[in-house]
Amino acid sequence: MPGLEDLYREIILDHYRSPRNRGELPPPAAHATGHNPLCGDEIEVYLDVHDGMVSDIKVAGQGCSISQSSASMMSQAVKGKTLDEVRALTRRFKGLMSIEDLDGDASIDESVLESVKLGDLEALQGVVKFPVRIKCATLAWNTLTQALADAVPA
Amino acid sequence: MSVDLSLDVAALRTQFPVLQRVIDGKPLVYLDSANTSQKPQVVIDAMSEFMANRYAPINRSAYRLAAEATDAFEDARAAVQRFIHARRAHEVIFTKNATEGLNLVVRSWGAANLQRGDVVLLTHMEHHANIVPWHQLAAERGIELRWVPLTDDGQLDLSRLPSLLDGAKVFAFTAMSNVLGTITPVRELCAAAHAAGAIAIVDACQSVPHTITDVQSWGADFVAFSSHKMCGPSGIGVLWGREELLDAMPPFLGGGNMIADVRLDGFTPAELPAKFEAGTPPIAEAIGLGAAVRFLEGIGMANVRQHEMQVAGYALRSLTDRFGTDITIHGPTNTEVRGATFSFSFRGIHPHDLSQVLDQHNVCIRAGHHCAKPLMRLLQCSATARASFYLYNNEHEVDLLADALDSATDIFGS
Repeated sequence: MPGLEDLYREIILDHYRSPRNRGELPPPAAHATGHNPLCGDEIEVYLDVHDGMVSDIKVAGQGCSISQSSASMMSQAVKGKTLDEVRALTRRFKGLMSIEDLDGDASIDESVLESVKLGDLEALQGVVKFPVRIKCATLAWNTLTQALADAVPA
Repeated sequence: MSVDLSLDVAALRTQFPVLQRVIDGKPLVYLDSANTSQKPQVVIDAMSEFMANRYAPINRSAYRLAAEATDAFEDARAAVQRFIHARRAHEVIFTKNATEGLNLVVRSWGAANLQRGDVVLLTHMEHHANIVPWHQLAAERGIELRWVPLTDDGQLDLSRLPSLLDGAKVFAFTAMSNVLGTITPVRELCAAAHAAGAIAIVDACQSVPHTITDVQSWGADFVAFSSHKMCGPSGIGVLWGREELLDAMPPFLGGGNMIADVRLDGFTPAELPAKFEAGTPPIAEAIGLGAAVRFLEGIGMANVRQHEMQVAGYALRSLTDRFGTDITIHGPTNTEVRGATFSFSFRGIHPHDLSQVLDQHNVCIRAGHHCAKPLMRLLQCSATARASFYLYNNEHEVDLLADALDSATDIFGS
């Protein structure tokens, strides 16, 4: 059995105890709610998008340490990034979780993909050893994708 | 640890192969039986032997093997009839599980008898299986759903029951909460329903495995439960209904086995129970359920209940003594009105994280909303941890749970 130290890294617990970008944004911010129907985790993502860039992001909701720390780190990683960079980050993160991002934008520029950094998010790579928890880690990212669709209708 | 007088749990445990498993040098502590129970060797053997030597279709072939399989299948039905004290074997309908049994009642009885504006009374502690089918019918029919509220200690608040039942055609309620462990006064609730002119539907999925079931003394109209929570296999459940109600109802699913005749211009349904058993049923699973019933009868359901009251009492005392206000156990504290299913919150640690840490100690608990989201909202929790004990669990396992809980504090702080 993989050890818990692979899952509960100190940086994850830090984001869980002190979540970044916590709160809500008033309308007309884009908004999406994500649920993990298995365990009841809930995440709300609020996005301000200006000139093709995530100018502000807030995260609300409740759930386990993995879902909430992933949301906190996600908010840090995408704030101030262009939409292309956000899409590239989403794909990189799902790759880290061993998920092929079939819904993702196939036209992501390779150089953008190369340039984005997961940073703190790398700490979540231990989650893949606990497959049940992958859904916890990806909930924030799936909710972000929904919020982006709300912000930038296709 | 006190001496257990009602059950020889050590001997019982040896009959469950999975409980002999040792992982990383530690025993398996299975505390998730409210979710699904483990299986004794006699159930495994009954199914295996049937599939190896006696498997055949039922109800439709003349050869000896098929006749034997049909007899074995009907023996299982008779075992269930005896176990729940039903008047007739053909009142026992085999379904997929309790969920399908409840859907059958809503879709067949409900659709035939409920009109716009009719009232269905449910309770605030129902499982989704006794909520969602009613929501579906309400969306189609415009029926009104009402809800019995709860007391602070997680029992049904019956103070306004007569007015809630006023004009109701159905009262559908759980016999035991899968979240709180609360045992409801089934006989009293059935009587109240009938006094108001409503039928009584009992979701007995959590109670049948743990205590005596007597559908006639309850005075119920329909009772649904699942095999897999009572030492039997998954894939089969039971809907018991009063004969006159089942006779008057239209079939639920259409297909083979459920007809007396099919013509180009229509069909005539079969008699009970085949009328509600369309298609090839879970045959080996019925054999397994029959074996589970005989296994439980051999132990005695009064003994099972007494044992679980002892374990529940020990868990309430020892967890509260050890952790004080660090642990919140939801539901009643009086073991007379609760089973050995405990939802709890511990030191603010999210249940998902708690169950992950407990898994390192091979302690298996459920974390989540337990398919009872309206109740979780009432408790103001998005999720709880739930430890549920059964006839094969003992007080030592309560201590192992407590030790494992303590270790979670090392990671998440207190």
